[in-house]
Amino acid sequence: MRTDERQALSISRRSLITGVAGLGTLALIRSPAAAAPEDVIAAQRALFGDREIQTGRVMVTMPPIAENGFSVPFEVEVDSPMTEDDHVVQIAVFSPRNPLPDMARFHLGPRAGRARVATRIRMSGTQAITAVAEMSDGSLWSGSAETVVTLAACIIL
Amino acid sequence: MTGIRISVPDTAETGEVIEIRVLIQHPMESGFRRDNRGGLIPRDILTRFECTYSGKAVFVADFHPAIAANPLLSFNTVAAESGTLNFRWIDQNGAVWEDSAEIIVT
Repeated sequence: MRTDERQALSISRRSLITGVAGLGTLALIRSPAAAAPEDVIAAQRALFGDREIQTGRVMVTMPPIAENGFSVPFEVEVDSPMTEDDHVVQIAVFSPRNPLPDMARFHLGPRAGRARVATRIRMSGTQAITAVAEMSDGSLWSGSAETVVTLAACIIL
Repeated sequence: MTGIRISVPDTAETGEVIEIRVLIQHPMESGFRRDNRGGLIPRDILTRFECTYSGKAVFVADFHPAIAANPLLSFNTVAAESGTLNFRWIDQNGAVWEDSAEIIVT
């Protein structure tokens, strides 16, 4: 009887420890894009695997307010010397609120000279757009910017 | 059907970082919109853009439906030598639109 109790206790303690550890790992993975829903995390995983995405070096520029989500100016610039040894390989752009989390992907190299891309994007509602840059050394960096969309584009997108 | 507008400087100094801007007329139909009968309008988007400089790829973009109609792209490249910049857009069915621009590098 006592052994049973002890066993039960040890099991619960073990499950508690693994549970806490699991939570910690989860928090670690989720921290780069805490506000982003599961779709963005899944899309980033599909592209970059389980590698850690650090915050910084990537600057996303968008207007603070957009009248509609049809065509919102979007610019991304990555802090990189863009040399043969140290350059941006690709930049992927993700949306937490559009029907598809993947928005665009830009492939660059040392021939770009400057890691900057500008385009116009569709937004189905107010959201923070995240860009993730992959460097030539394999490290991943992210940055984001939020635009308030006054006319939600969920119908038009 | 398709209008392409390209902005590349005519001349540049060797090693100068130049800005390239390209725009193509395309509806970029997202495939999420419905017509007045409630049926889904089929997706029709450009999925890829490629820029080569004297035959070497310098910039490639993959598009998803989140790119607005008449996609505009602005990016940079190093003016390495006089030559031709070639621009290619490919749609979801593999159709290709092409244009090019000459640059003189001194």
